[in-house]
Amino acid sequence: MANSIKVKAEVSGNIAEVKSLMLHPMETGTRKDADTGELVAANHITQLTFTNNEKLVMVANFSTAVSRDPYFSFKFEGGKVGDTLKVAWVDNTGGSDEFETAME
Amino acid sequence: MNIGRRLFLRTGIALTALAALPRVLLAAAWPEKAFAAPAASGALIDLFGSDQTVPSDKISLKAPEIAENGAVVPLKIKTTLENVESISIIVEKNPRPLAATIEILPGTLPEFSSRIKMRETSDVMIAVKTDTGVYTTAKEIKVTIGGCGG
Repeated sequence: MANSIKVKAEVSGNIAEVKSLMLHPMETGTRKDADTGELVAANHITQLTFTNNEKLVMVANFSTAVSRDPYFSFKFEGGKVGDTLKVAWVDNTGGSDEFETAME
Repeated sequence: MNIGRRLFLRTGIALTALAALPRVLLAAAWPEKAFAAPAASGALIDLFGSDQTVPSDKISLKAPEIAENGAVVPLKIKTTLENVESISIIVEKNPRPLAATIEILPGTLPEFSSRIKMRETSDVMIAVKTDTGVYTTAKEIKVTIGGCGG
């Protein structure tokens, strides 16, 4: 799958700030396709996780009510410049993606 | 090649492809029942075992008073409560009120920002679970164009 995850992790003192954007339609399952009139099946990220050097630092559980192309930012302690930050998501259709970046 | 063998091979390839998914597994249980609850109190009970919550002024919810586009309502949530385990967003008037539930792991700050969909003007409740209980704050967000696409 083409990379769907954009993420930046910046360390300031003892706090790392993570800003991420996932490209995903987040279909609710209640929208009708404009051309066919058919219901578009629900297709949404269910869980988004962030891992810093093997340590899980964030688990975000989403419903269909999170906006399309979810934006998610948060902060955690103990991250260092050069650490690996891994972002991973799964959706209700069995889709998934993951991406690693170095913290700055 | 006869039809039977072609079908067998196609099925085999399809099953192999299926076995390759998913590459990424869930890190924790996804609270399916809570997400399916049609009312806020049901979501609270499914998440925490009770819908009894304590209002707290130590939770801050930054959000627009009026969301022009109900499909993208930005929220910035922070709390000064201690020993936070999770923070949940409940949109009272959405067909399924629980929008997200965020696990605050040890070492992670009890704050985050995201964007949600709101079907109509509604109270948005933030429920913070700590080791001493479930604390909430709520704010009404007006929506001019509903965001569920229905």
